[in-house]
Amino acid sequence: MKEGPGDTDTGGLREQFDRLGGTYPRQMSASLVLPLLQIVQQQKGHVTAADAHFVADYAGVPPAQVIEALSWYTMLHRQPVGRHVVKVCRNIACALRGSDRLLAHVEKTLGVAPGGTTADGRFTFLAVECLASCGTAPVMQVDETYHEQLDEAKVDRVLEELR
Amino acid sequence: MSGPAAEGVHADNVFMSFAVTSDSHTLDAYRGRGGYEALAKALRTLQPEDVEREVTASGLRGRGGANFPVGSKWSFVNKQSPVVYLCCNADEGEPGTFKDRWILEHVPHQLVEGVLLAAFALHARHAFVYIRGEFDLPLRRLRGALQEARAAGLVGEGILGSAFACDIVVHRGGGAYVCGEESSLINSLEGKKGYPRNKPPFPAVKGFYGAPTVVNNVETLANVPWIVARGGAAYAALGSKANPGHRLFGLSGHVNRPGLYERPTGYSLRKLIFEDAGGVLGGKALKAVIPGGSSTPVLTASEIEALTLDAPSLQQAGSMLGSGGVIVVAEGTCMVRLLQVLTRFYRHESCGQCTPCREGTAWMDDIIARVVDGRGEAADLANLQAIPEGILGNTLCALGDAAAMPVLSFVKKFGAEFDYFVANRRSLYDGRLEA
Repeated sequence: MKEGPGDTDTGGLREQFDRLGGTYPRQMSASLVLPLLQIVQQQKGHVTAADAHFVADYAGVPPAQVIEALSWYTMLHRQPVGRHVVKVCRNIACALRGSDRLLAHVEKTLGVAPGGTTADGRFTFLAVECLASCGTAPVMQVDETYHEQLDEAKVDRVLEELR
Repeated sequence: MSGPAAEGVHADNVFMSFAVTSDSHTLDAYRGRGGYEALAKALRTLQPEDVEREVTASGLRGRGGANFPVGSKWSFVNKQSPVVYLCCNADEGEPGTFKDRWILEHVPHQLVEGVLLAAFALHARHAFVYIRGEFDLPLRRLRGALQEARAAGLVGEGILGSAFACDIVVHRGGGAYVCGEESSLINSLEGKKGYPRNKPPFPAVKGFYGAPTVVNNVETLANVPWIVARGGAAYAALGSKANPGHRLFGLSGHVNRPGLYERPTGYSLRKLIFEDAGGVLGGKALKAVIPGGSSTPVLTASEIEALTLDAPSLQQAGSMLGSGGVIVVAEGTCMVRLLQVLTRFYRHESCGQCTPCREGTAWMDDIIARVVDGRGEAADLANLQAIPEGILGNTLCALGDAAAMPVLSFVKKFGAEFDYFVANRRSLYDGRLEA
């Protein structure tokens, strides 16, 4: 396999790719596209076009396919994000339980609107669709962790710990 | 799951047969409850076609929302094909639905055993679990379960000393509602964007990398160990005759005790809301119920009076049992703003492939936004009927219908609220969403 752009294979990406590839049946390297992009994002915070080419080379698929996937899946970030990503659910079960209030509260607390990143680069704030936690609404996900049955005080405690 | 635990643990339940503890998800605990005995029984005494026969006899239908008979889906697969794939759909994303997450977190081995039994029946050497990208604890629990199962000789080569071999790959999604549609899921699993495919051919004929493929929901597959252990006839005797079995109903919205409830089909919806879930918040009157996830047509309080939770009964009432996500709405809620929550969602999730859905979801959302903004026009209401009618049945996958049905039903049943909003440029209920 060809080498990717010089600065792309940092932190042993190729080793991680190999490990992941070993869990899939042979002849299925195209299936690795999304998981590889996820590995890159985990490592670097976001995924660039150069990363997409690196993934395409590794998986043996056309770069256009990877770039298309990169722009299509909402969990993949093409721009740098804050150190912590705060996702507040705005869908129906949370809306019935006060997500409007929480979204306004997070916006006020962080000083950025949904889609924005705080000036200190600490938080990216996103309004997201259903997180499948409707029985414990309203909810938000901070990085990987779900925080359920929220109110303003609980949101404050979670964000305070990450400051 | 933190928060209100589901009630009603019974030994004969399919899922909630035990008290959840810090280690009830482990292999030891699952085996202590009789776990993997169905797999051992199948590998020792049954042929693959026997397993399929039991599942067909059970009357089990798909729990992802489409309610398609599982035995039929399996029967479409040519078992002589050199390769058959099984995909478990764990991309739970239908708003109001959180049952698959509970299964993955609390009974991951029950899912693994179901996957193995289905793979055995289908002659599938490889199975894939496509899991929602946001799911973290569910992912860790599933990976942990697979690690335990591999170490115990339950996954991989020569399972339990038999000739049966099956590997299970866990694949994380990228945050796309449409990937819960089976052909979209397959495209995503092939490393592409998740555009749904034209059908036919159905995945059972031509699916993952062109091979016959069965895609089944998490809850669907997690029923299979119970069916194999006790027999399809025993399962068919649970719940309503026309649509048998147990289901995990997720109660959310304006109820006192939201959460997950395992109940037989045919159970009273009123009883579920007013007795089991403690009734409407603040003792308010019931205004509406979305009975099976956000895509299913909304029902008014009077329409649910005598309703039982089974597919024929819901269909007769003009809605669907869907994914079992029961969303409860109290009197005093603004249905116009509530609909906007849904039109915004479907607009965001439309994949963009089919014109009626891509354009229609945007038009509907624009119109609702205008109405909510106090700039509605008289023609808007007619358009809110004409546009979804133009989407219904005219798209490759069910997302178009899923986006159209809420709009049609909200406007039909709560039309006066929409009229009021347009005429007075404000909500009849002060735009209230919380009870």
